[in-house]
Amino acid sequence: MTDCVLTIRDLRLAFGSRRNNSAVLHGISLHVRAGEKVALVGESGSGKSVTARLAMGLLQESQKVHATGSIRFDGIDAIDGGREIASRRGNRVAMIFQDPTSALNPTFRIRGQFRDVLRSGDRRISVADADARAEAALAEVSIPDPKRALDSYAFQLSGGMNQRVMIAMALANRPALLIADEPGTALDVTVQAQTLSLMHELTEKRGTAVLLISHNLGVVREFADRVYVIYRGRIVEHGTTAQLFRDPRHPYTRALLAAIPKISGGGLPDLPERSPDFESPMITHEGCSEPEGLNP
Amino acid sequence: MTPILQLDHLGKVFSADGHSVTALDDVSLAFERGECHAIVGESGSGKTTIANLVLGLMPPTSGSILFNGVPLPGDRSRAQKRSIQLVQQNPLSALNPRRSVGASVRLPLDVHEIGVSAERRQRVEALLAEVGLDADMARRSPRGLSGGQRQRIAIARALACEPELIVLDEPTSALDVLVQARVLQLLHRLRLARGLTYLFITHDLAVVRSIATRVSVFQKGRLVETGAVDAIFANPQSAYTRQLIGAVPVVTDEEAQLRDAIRTGVPETATLDP
Repeated sequence: MTDCVLTIRDLRLAFGSRRNNSAVLHGISLHVRAGEKVALVGESGSGKSVTARLAMGLLQESQKVHATGSIRFDGIDAIDGGREIASRRGNRVAMIFQDPTSALNPTFRIRGQFRDVLRSGDRRISVADADARAEAALAEVSIPDPKRALDSYAFQLSGGMNQRVMIAMALANRPALLIADEPGTALDVTVQAQTLSLMHELTEKRGTAVLLISHNLGVVREFADRVYVIYRGRIVEHGTTAQLFRDPRHPYTRALLAAIPKISGGGLPDLPERSPDFESPMITHEGCSEPEGLNP
Repeated sequence: MTPILQLDHLGKVFSADGHSVTALDDVSLAFERGECHAIVGESGSGKTTIANLVLGLMPPTSGSILFNGVPLPGDRSRAQKRSIQLVQQNPLSALNPRRSVGASVRLPLDVHEIGVSAERRQRVEALLAEVGLDADMARRSPRGLSGGQRQRIAIARALACEPELIVLDEPTSALDVLVQARVLQLLHRLRLARGLTYLFITHDLAVVRSIATRVSVFQKGRLVETGAVDAIFANPQSAYTRQLIGAVPVVTDEEAQLRDAIRTGVPETATLDP
C-alpha cells in the first residue's frame, strides 16, 4: 500500500523504568490513507491519546517511555525518529488539541504565532506574505474580521473562535495528515457541531488525511470514514463507519453503543462497567484488514 | 399541590469595575415534587447561577425562591440547608482527599447532629450500600478510586441528611459512557425509591431524554422553553431548542432521523424565543 500517510504496526508502549513499568498499549496496528478520515475511539485510559502523541513524535524523547513496534509517517519510523517527525510538525503533520484556548500561547498575539507556523513551512516567507496568508486562512474558517483576530490574544477570543484559529493554523502548510485529539470537546454543542463540519469541509477540499481521536461515538459517526475502537490498550473492532454503527460485533463496541443516552429515548440498559467479554479478540469487518508491507 | 421549588421573577446581575452582566433575567419556574427537572443550556445560559441561587451560595439581585411555598431567606435555617443538597460535576475534586470515604459521607450527619455515634456509622454503611458500594469502602481514601466510585460517594453524601431536593450539576459529564449509564440508573432508582426531586443541570440533551421528566431550556440567562421531556422532543417550540437538539452528535439512524426532522422542522405554534 503506497497511499498510506500513517501506518502503525504492533505498537507497544509502557511507562516507567526499565524494570518497573506498566504497559499501556499491547500491540496497536492501524493505518490512515491519503485523504481518509479515520477515527480512534475509546474511553479514558484506553491509550488513544498516547497513540496520537507517539505518531506526532511527542513522547519518544522521554526516558520513562518504552515503545516498540513501528510507526511510519512520511517514510520515517517514528519509534526511533521522534526528532525527525517533530521537525515536520506543523508542516507535514499537524495536530489540533481538545482545549483550543490553552493550546495557543497566551503571551503572544495570534499574528506572531501564525507567522511562526507559516515560517516552519517556508523559512523565507516575508512578513507581508505571511500576514496575507494568515488573513486568507482565517477568512476560510469563517472568522468575520481576520485582521482583528490576528491582533488579538487567545484569551480575548471565544473558545469557538480559538478552535477556528487552531484549525486554520493546523491546515496552513497543507499537511498530509491532521491529528485531531478530541476537537471541540471543551466547547458547547452548537459550536462543536460547527467546528466539526468546518474541519470536515476543509480537509475534504484539500485532501488532508485526518486521524480523529475521540471518546464520543456520535462525533465519530458524523466525521469519520473508518473507525478503530480501542479498549485498554488493544484495538477491539475495526470497520467502516457504516459497518461499525449498523452492525457492531464486538461486545465492548455493543456495550458502548447501548450505554450512550439517545435523543430518541428508550431508557438506559443494565450494563456492566467492565466485563471479561470486553477483552475478547479483535473483530475486523470485511475489506478492512491492515495493508501488507511497511512502505508508506 | 404546592411545587417543592419555585423561582419567582428571579434575577442575578454580576457587576465589577462599572461593567455588569445579567446572568439570570426575570426567571419564573416551578419544580414539582418527585420530578427530575432538567435545566439545559450552553455556557453563559445561567444554569450554574440557578444552582448557586437555589443552594443559597449567593443572593439573587431580584425576585425570590420559594421552597414548599415558603420564601427562602438570605440566612437559611439548618433544616432549610439540610433539605437541599448538591452533587457536583467533578468527582475528583468533590471529595476531600485527606478524609476517608466514610468520614466524608458521615460529615453531614455530624454537622446536622443526626443520630448518635454508633447510629451514624450504621447510616454510613447503609448509604454506601444504597449507592452500590461495599461497607469496607468507608475506610478507604478517595485517592485511587475511579470517577464512577467517587461520584457514587458524592451521591451517598448528598443523601446522608435526607434531603428533599438534590441539585445535580452535570453529575455525569466527566464520566465515561459505561460509567455514566450506571450512575444515571442509580440516580433514577434513588429518585423513585426516596421520592426525591432533582434539579438536573446538564448540557447533554440525550441525557435529558433518558433521565428527566421535565426540561427547561435557557439561553443567555433567559428561560426559552419549558415542558414535559416527551413533548419537547416531539415538538420543540423554540428555534434555540431545535438548534440544540439539531447539534447533538448521534449514534443510531433512528436518532439521526429524529434530529434531522427537528433541525428542519417548522414549529406548530409561534416560538417563545424573541
